[in-house]
Amino acid sequence: MLAKRIIPCLDVKDGQTVKGTNFVSLRQAGDPVELGRAYSEQGADELVFLDITASHEGRKTFTDMVRRVASELSIPFTVGGGIGELADVERMLSAGADKVSINSAALKRPELIDEIARHFGSQVCVVAIDAHQDENGWTCYLNGGRVPTDRKLFDWACEVCDRGAGEILFTSMDHDGVKTGFANEALATLAESVTIPIIASGGAGAMEHFRDAFTLGKADAALAASVFHFGEIGIPELKQYLHNENINIRL
Amino acid sequence: MTVAVVKYNAGNIYSVLSVLQRLGVEPVLTDDPKILHQADKVIFPGQGEASNAMQYLCERGLDEVIRSLTQPVLGICIGQQLMCRHSAEGDVDCLGIFDTDVVRFVPEKHEDKVPHMGWNELNALKSPLFRNLHDGDFVYFVHSFYVPVCKWTIAESNYITPFSAAIQRDNFYATQFHPEKSGSVGQRIIQNFLDL
Repeated sequence: MLAKRIIPCLDVKDGQTVKGTNFVSLRQAGDPVELGRAYSEQGADELVFLDITASHEGRKTFTDMVRRVASELSIPFTVGGGIGELADVERMLSAGADKVSINSAALKRPELIDEIARHFGSQVCVVAIDAHQDENGWTCYLNGGRVPTDRKLFDWACEVCDRGAGEILFTSMDHDGVKTGFANEALATLAESVTIPIIASGGAGAMEHFRDAFTLGKADAALAASVFHFGEIGIPELKQYLHNENINIRL
Repeated sequence: MTVAVVKYNAGNIYSVLSVLQRLGVEPVLTDDPKILHQADKVIFPGQGEASNAMQYLCERGLDEVIRSLTQPVLGICIGQQLMCRHSAEGDVDCLGIFDTDVVRFVPEKHEDKVPHMGWNELNALKSPLFRNLHDGDFVYFVHSFYVPVCKWTIAESNYITPFSAAIQRDNFYATQFHPEKSGSVGQRIIQNFLDL
């Protein structure tokens, strides 16, 4: 059976991870490649590296890092942040990334999804969606959740699926950082609305939250950052727990 | 030992080259028939679309070169599918090393998403390619088309239906999954191939 995936997300700025880490054994704490290797050895199923650098110089550093990750790790990884056009996708893939994640660029110019799918295949194209819920439902946001759009979550999810996206990475802005669990109701509606895998993001604080994202939220994968980086949840314990809860997991 | 990796219009070979380097082998990426014939091992990797890939191979005479190889050859993902008789992807005749056809996954319910993407279990292992591996070991798949279970099957996996995770005929080995992306299990499979 196809396993549910556990995905640590690493924010990278100027070639260094930005969130703190409890991995005292690393030769160079803060090196994304070292941290990625540690997660890989612990049983992470995939990794996401998010470039939060603004400068041109930093972008080049990120590409160099992608190449090092591809040289040294043998699990799939996705890169995101600052990908605005097809040339950026090509640069990331030729550096060895398996998938790219696009967010604001897709909201601004949805045809980018079609172009990536046509040139490189749907499996390469992860569309990240940040959304916030209010009395009018779920609204999609641009620029790391700073700018609201007039797009609704479920309509946009169906559109990106139709355009050829390979996966949706859904972050609930209301749950992100709160550590009270994922947005399971919205996740389940997403899973029923589209025919591509859904990665749950935002809200992980305890192992049960991952279980619920898979059972209640029907997610195919769950992504988290700080609970892993700060050592609050260890990936081997998490996977054993999920296995004991009868969720199909790669041990 | 010289290991040649077939150079053609299929993406994501960087990971294959990297895993070989980690195993202490310096691979040669080439479409030169002479180098391919003389190598100790040949890897035919890739990610791509079958009809475009076949057209590219035929235009350069690489179809005949690959068919005539006598050393151990390992096809990966689209490489495996191209070694079969025919692919439903682009309705194209392929190399015909395996007399079996490549078909598309047909979802039976909403949860059956295509492509089949992620980690899935191997079972019914029977080949030196899987030495020191076990039924239930996980490997990484990304594909919409598959080889049904047939007489060449040396490993199975199950998604919607049981299918060939790997096939073998004489010196030709092929995996549907990506050993180069399958962590330590995948690295073991590549090492086993190098040890053949």
